[in-house]
Amino acid sequence: MEARQSAWRIYRESLPILVVSLAGGIFAGSVLGSEGMTSGFERFPGMLLLLPAFLATRGNVYGALGARISSGLHQGMIDPEFSRDRRLVNAIAASYINGISVSVFIAVLSWGILQVLGRESARLVELVSIMLLSGVLTSTTLIFGMLTLVFASYEYGLDPDNLIGPIVTTLGDFFGVFFLFIALTVAGVIF
Amino acid sequence: MAEAGSEGPLDADDEIDSLDAAGSDDSLDAWSIRSIVGTMLPILIALSMLEMGSGYILEELQQTYLGNPTLLVLVPVMIGMGGNLGAILSSRLSTRLHLGLLEFDPRDEVLWTNVTAILGLAATVFSVLGVAAWLVGRIIAQPMALVDLLVISIVSGMLLAVIAILLSLVATYISYTRGLDPDDTTIPVVTNLCDILGVIVLSGVALVVLN
Repeated sequence: MEARQSAWRIYRESLPILVVSLAGGIFAGSVLGSEGMTSGFERFPGMLLLLPAFLATRGNVYGALGARISSGLHQGMIDPEFSRDRRLVNAIAASYINGISVSVFIAVLSWGILQVLGRESARLVELVSIMLLSGVLTSTTLIFGMLTLVFASYEYGLDPDNLIGPIVTTLGDFFGVFFLFIALTVAGVIF
Repeated sequence: MAEAGSEGPLDADDEIDSLDAAGSDDSLDAWSIRSIVGTMLPILIALSMLEMGSGYILEELQQTYLGNPTLLVLVPVMIGMGGNLGAILSSRLSTRLHLGLLEFDPRDEVLWTNVTAILGLAATVFSVLGVAAWLVGRIIAQPMALVDLLVISIVSGMLLAVIAILLSLVATYISYTRGLDPDDTTIPVVTNLCDILGVIVLSGVALVVLN
């Protein structure tokens, strides 16, 4: 009886955040399944190959930045505001480098895998341009969006450790796929 | 490749970087660009290469996915949700471990309570996902049968939840026996493996249901 109650409590406490994450995922999925996106996938072979790596980068790069910032806030090493603080500038610059290098890397890797397998593939310059554009847009929005939200909630006395995960997931779902859509559309016009 | 990517935009900050390195402040050194990129980028590159495994499955099943775009609605949730469920369980397990309360015993009632809660959460989330994907599919893409979508979403979701539970238990147990802090190890391992397995499980189940 007691076991059932505590299982119910874990369920109740965890459900809200999973529902937020679910909503973000469904939004991202709706963009992915939209006609503009699927025709982009058909037009540029290799995009489906790099998609999971692209989606995963969000949590890996910007989640790590968030964890670092929240530790820095807790330890009093950085202030909760945008300033020319060396630690903050370094952390932001490093996230840019990580986010954009990984985006370009997965474009090259997908192209390479398709070449080795002798499969049809978009040109290297096409895949790299799409990933570069979506990488730059996503990095900028996620880094500054997340920092703004974390700083603001820290000022209100909330613990950033509890916020980073949901914020990164939600912003990432929303903007990651949206900017991928923009990049595919732009590439469709240029190439 | 990665090297070239990290050199380019950095000239202005290199100065800051070397100042950090010259300084005697250790904590500042941990916040240098070189240290952050040097630690993270190799991990990110390795993870991206692993992710190519699930990308390969998507590419391989291109006709199935592009022919039923509604299936693509499930992809981001499948990639994220296994990790979410695993993260909830892992952090609960490692907290109990730190408190000295965790027993790796199949008769441990609290262990089963946690597992039951995770399975309940999975059942809820993946049922909602099936219905939501069906609604979205009717708006943006060619509709798929509700029953097919529900079966695909729930079966692959529950399989993924079971995988996430097993991975969390194994990762916590191994960290425990090796004397590592499970707080540092379990969540990255479980979320990244579930990322990759999500697409593989979804694709397998979709193939079986649709054929």
